[in-house]
Amino acid sequence: MPPTPLIAEPSEVLNAPHSRTDLFWSFSWLALQGFGGVLAVVQRELVEKKRWLSREQFVEDWAVAQIMPGPNVVNLGMMIGDRHFGLSGALAALAGLLLFPTMVVLALAVLFATVADNELAQRALRGMGAVAAGLVAATGIKLAGALSRNPMGVPVCATVAALTFIASALMRWPLGWVLLTVGGASCLWAWRCLGAPAQPPEPPVLAPLTDADSGQTPQP
Amino acid sequence: MTIHLSAADWWALFVHFLSLSLMAVGGAITTAPDMHRYLVGTRHWLGEDQFTSSISIAQAAPGPNVLFVGLIGWNVGMNAGGGPATGWRAYSLAFLGLLVAMGGMLVPSGVLTYAATRWAHKNRELRAVRAFKTGMAPIVIGLLLTTGWVLTTAHDQPARDWPLWVLTAAITVIVWRTRLHLLWLIGMGAVLGMVGLI
Repeated sequence: MPPTPLIAEPSEVLNAPHSRTDLFWSFSWLALQGFGGVLAVVQRELVEKKRWLSREQFVEDWAVAQIMPGPNVVNLGMMIGDRHFGLSGALAALAGLLLFPTMVVLALAVLFATVADNELAQRALRGMGAVAAGLVAATGIKLAGALSRNPMGVPVCATVAALTFIASALMRWPLGWVLLTVGGASCLWAWRCLGAPAQPPEPPVLAPLTDADSGQTPQP
Repeated sequence: MTIHLSAADWWALFVHFLSLSLMAVGGAITTAPDMHRYLVGTRHWLGEDQFTSSISIAQAAPGPNVLFVGLIGWNVGMNAGGGPATGWRAYSLAFLGLLVAMGGMLVPSGVLTYAATRWAHKNRELRAVRAFKTGMAPIVIGLLLTTGWVLTTAHDQPARDWPLWVLTAAITVIVWRTRLHLLWLIGMGAVLGMVGLI
C-alpha cells in the first residue's frame, strides 16, 4: 500500500443530527420520499444534503446494514441513531422510518379494500401484481451485477443463485433450509476463497488430563 | 374471506414472523415466498389476491418495503374479524395483526442489529464477516428471483394469464434498463388491468 499523505480532515465538514427529534423528522422525510428504491434517496439525503456521513462512511455502513437481517434502511437508521444518541436515538430513527409510511400504506389498503370487490379494482390489482413481480425480478437482475466482483467468481455465484432459486421457487423448501444448506455451503466456500491459509483458532489451553482424573489405575 | 383464529393461532402467526425475522438477509421481501407458503398454502389464512395486493400496495407506497409485512398481518386480522363489513371489530383485529406481524418481523432483527453493528463496524476486515457477506450475496439474488417467480406463477393458466406474464417480463426489462419512476409503472399496470388488456 503506497504511503498516503496524512491529511487530517478532508475539505468536507460533516454535520451531526441535532437531537432525537431531528433524527425522527429526518428519517420520516426520507422514508416518505422513498418510492421503491430507497438507496438513492438515503444516499442523497444523508450524504449530500445533511452530510451526516461521508461517502466512504456511507458505503461501509450500508454494507453492514445489508449484511444484517432486517430491512436495510431500518438497520442503517438504527446504526446512525445509535451512534449519536444511543438506544433512544436508534428508536427515534426507527419510529421516523415506520410511523408515517405505515399510516400511508394503511390508508391505501383501506381505500383499496372498500373497492376490492369491485371488478375494476380487481382487474387493476391483477395489473399491479404483474408489475410488482417485474420490479422484484429486475432488482435481482440489477444486483446480480455486483456479483462480478465477488471473490467466489461468477460461475460459483451463478450456481449458488440458481440452486437457491431451484430449492425455494421450484421445490418450495422453507427458507430456513435454503439458508442452512445452500447459504451455509456458500459462506464456507467464500471463507475458503477469501483465505489466506486457514488458521484454525488456537484451542483453549487446558490442563492435561492425568490418569488420576479418569479415576482409573495408572497404566505404565 | 373469513377465518377463525384461536389464541394459539395468533401465537403461531407471531412465531412465524419471529422465525423469519433473522432470515431476512437482503430485505424482508426475500422472506415473502415463505410467508406465501405458510399463510396462503399451509394455513389458508390469507387469500392469494390479498397476498399479492399487500406486496403491490406496499411497493406503490413510499417507505421501507418491509411494510408489506404489516399489511399481510393487517389482512390476516381483517379476515379473522370477518372482513371490513363487520366494522370496528374487524379493524381492531386487523390492527392487532399489523402489530403482531411487524413486531415479530422487526424485534429479533432489530435487537441483533443493534447488538452486532458496532462489533461488525469494528471488525469489517475480519475474514468471517467478509465470508458471510460474500457467501450471502448470490443467495440474496436467488431469493429475489424466487419472489418474482412466486408472484408471477400465482397466475397459472396460460390461456388466460399469458398477457400478465408478458407484462411482468416487460417491466423486468424496463426497470433493469431505465430509470423510469416506479410509480409510473405501477400506475401503468393498474390502467392496463382496468381497461381489460391483461
